[in-house]
Amino acid sequence: MEELTNVVDWSRAQFALTAIYHWLFVPLTLGLGVIVAIMETIFYRTRDEKWLATTKFWMTLFGVNFAIGVATGIILEFEFGTNWSNYSWFVGDIFGAPLAVEGILAFFMESTFIAVMFFGWNRVSPKFHLAATWLTAIGASISAYWILVANAWMQDPVGCTFNPETMRNEMTSFWTVATSPMALSKVLHTVLSAWTLAGVFVVGVSGWMLLRKRNADHCFRSLKVGAWVGFIGIVLTSISGDTSAVTVAERQPMKLAAMEGLYKGQHGQEIVAFGILNPAKTVDNDEDPYLMKIAIPYGLSILANHDPQSFVPGVNDIINGISMDRDGNAINTVSYAERMKRGKMAKEAVAAHHVAVQMGDKTAMAEASKAIEANYPYFGYGYLNTPQEAVPNIPLTFYTFHLMVTVGGYLMVFMLLALVFAYKRQLLEKARWAKWWHMLAIATIPLTYLCSACGWIVAEVGRQPWTIQDLMPNKVAISDLSAGYVQITFWVFAFIFTALLIADVSIIMKQIAEKSKQNLDTVKH
Amino acid sequence: MTLEILQNYWWLIISILGALLVFLLFVQGGQSMLFGEKDATQSTLMISSLGRKWELTFTTLVTFGGAFFASFPLFYSTSFGGAYWLWMLILFSFVIQAISYEYRTKKGNVYGTRFYDALLFVNGVLGPLLLGVAVGSMFFGNEFCVTKNKILDVEAATISTWGPLHGLEAIACWKNLVFGVMVLFLARTLASLYFINNIDDETLHSQQLKQLMVNGGVFVLTFVVSAALILTSGGVDTQNGAAQWTDYKYLHNFIDMWWCLIVLLAGVVLALWGIAKTLLTKAKWNKGIWAVGTGAVLVVLSLFWVLGYNDTAFYPSLLDVNSSLTIRNSSSSQFTLQVMSVVSLLVPFVLAYIAYVWRAMDSQKITEKEIRY
Repeated sequence: MEELTNVVDWSRAQFALTAIYHWLFVPLTLGLGVIVAIMETIFYRTRDEKWLATTKFWMTLFGVNFAIGVATGIILEFEFGTNWSNYSWFVGDIFGAPLAVEGILAFFMESTFIAVMFFGWNRVSPKFHLAATWLTAIGASISAYWILVANAWMQDPVGCTFNPETMRNEMTSFWTVATSPMALSKVLHTVLSAWTLAGVFVVGVSGWMLLRKRNADHCFRSLKVGAWVGFIGIVLTSISGDTSAVTVAERQPMKLAAMEGLYKGQHGQEIVAFGILNPAKTVDNDEDPYLMKIAIPYGLSILANHDPQSFVPGVNDIINGISMDRDGNAINTVSYAERMKRGKMAKEAVAAHHVAVQMGDKTAMAEASKAIEANYPYFGYGYLNTPQEAVPNIPLTFYTFHLMVTVGGYLMVFMLLALVFAYKRQLLEKARWAKWWHMLAIATIPLTYLCSACGWIVAEVGRQPWTIQDLMPNKVAISDLSAGYVQITFWVFAFIFTALLIADVSIIMKQIAEKSKQNLDTVKH
Repeated sequence: MTLEILQNYWWLIISILGALLVFLLFVQGGQSMLFGEKDATQSTLMISSLGRKWELTFTTLVTFGGAFFASFPLFYSTSFGGAYWLWMLILFSFVIQAISYEYRTKKGNVYGTRFYDALLFVNGVLGPLLLGVAVGSMFFGNEFCVTKNKILDVEAATISTWGPLHGLEAIACWKNLVFGVMVLFLARTLASLYFINNIDDETLHSQQLKQLMVNGGVFVLTFVVSAALILTSGGVDTQNGAAQWTDYKYLHNFIDMWWCLIVLLAGVVLALWGIAKTLLTKAKWNKGIWAVGTGAVLVVLSLFWVLGYNDTAFYPSLLDVNSSLTIRNSSSSQFTLQVMSVVSLLVPFVLAYIAYVWRAMDSQKITEKEIRY
């Protein structure tokens, strides 16, 4: 059992490592792709060479970032097979489809047209080139859509049914999978946050150049596009974040409770704006959950249900079978102890069905099918030893959620100011405080990356221990490997990706430093 | 459509993706030649030419994986989780490729151009070699067991179990290695033909003709040995419902499915003709890549067909014959295959725009002058 735990932990660590590294590069690709395409569109419409120079400047950075995003991405797709082989069988019938669609629709679009984007300036017409740039950006977003659909399905497994004969889940509605509320809110929140990150990147890099008094015209051209994309991104990210919260409250109430460190919920639940959790607090004691907190009355009820008086359940409520309905009322549902019991009954019924099939006993098969149908929603709980196993890491979920929201709020103000300054050039060039603004813009780049990573940690840690919500815990999803093998590949990945990250950052900084010394008002450089 | 038709259709799609992947491995073949190239200009020409195509190979590999996952998830689950080291080595080799083209000449790349060129070389050799080993093991078998109801056992829930070497034994198997070497030298042969087609340079042209003679020779030799191994090898037959090892299974498949044999022979003739014509035509003939490429695609298609059709296990188990994977017992459900089939109707459209872009980009050949500029 200890070996099993180790394999699960190392497999999780490896997936987290590769996913976090991948996500360092993907948002910039998603957002910068759009920014570069807008810049090239302006060049195409105005035929102003200055815009061509600006387009090419950002396109170079896009290319460097794109390559490492591709490198870190291939691992993730295959890791589902290499490290989570049981998962691949148990839900491959549903999960594989978005991945295949992503390959067919998005990857080929990106890989075909990015070659035109970088090598096609003198080989294809300007119109074709512009189309290629847009198609590369659109391809990246389509790719994001499908992989996020796949991720959302793990959080909210809809459009499927369990087939006891094949012992796996099978798809019943592709439309439901592709357009579930969880999927749509996740896609919007994630892709739009990528626009924000790219906007901040453009504002920050332009700020660095302005600080060194290099290519001011180019910087203000960049600022106008970057600030608009970033501002639209953060406004829509906030709106989609609100939608995400409602979806999470409905589908993953335990995650919402963990995000708030809420153990005992109530009607008109406050939201903690800032707080320090009490390390001594567990689901089994009556300690105060917070050492200190600053709370906003009714905040969580409004966030979860858009109703200040609605009930929001805490961790202990959920374990004890108290939840909320769509109208925000407290209701009694199935306790975790009961879910574990019914999960075990579902497993036993699947085993009985298997025997009945081998014996050709149709009556027994029908009985087993009935029992499976009644208890399958709790199938995954049948693998748990205690209800506490179904509680995620609350401190990690709580702090990353609050950091994400705090930085998100800051970004809203920052992008609004960046947008104003983009059109108030004289102010930014003459004001004494301008250099502090530029330094703030530079510092905001890593802060936004941190915010973005926190979002994913909330989404993934907050749903533990489930690989598939309520149906499959991590410990059942893994491959038949020794912990030592996974440790080796973990450290190899860590070494390679860190080495690549160092090269990536170094190249990007060098490119910015070198190119900013050239005249970026003309393409003859 | 019935489930059987859909399973057959998806094996066809997998075959097409696999065949296109083998053709596109010319990128890796070209990379494997970089280490021996001492002339910096020639080396730059080759990398510049390959740098405009590497993403297609990479994408085809990823799509091949995704399509396999969607259509035959039990293979994905069993092979990737089981032959862990084989697949991890393949993946590592492609990870280091993905950044090398972009980073190798960029200032601030930390490790220097030669380092990234070395990474390209490693991918160029290991990529085709190990992919060949993986496909070879589909003919010659692997050491695994599949017990689906183990998923109910929390202490040992993994349904696919594998021997302790987890894929290293597949790399050590000489039959698989012969197959891998064949794929490597096919990739190198295609690379020479691609360079001849894509680069307008006298010196490089004559160099690549010499390379073609050597690489083409080794390829033909290893192909003959691989073909002999496959035709004399046993395989798992499931014709009567029960899986059983059958001698000369693949030979019987070629006889039973005579059209596969015709496709195989057409592919072989086309490939040999393409190599011979490129080598023997005194006036420069640069269309060899299309002849040999098409030949390679036809040969791979026929091999995949004898591997998966005619009640054959495309992933035979050496430990438990009943665990062997067929396109019947490892596929997705009828509904999923139907949905995916609708999506697959877009594949011709995708191929069309790839062909259009390829043509637009390659209408002007790469020259030394362009590289210097």
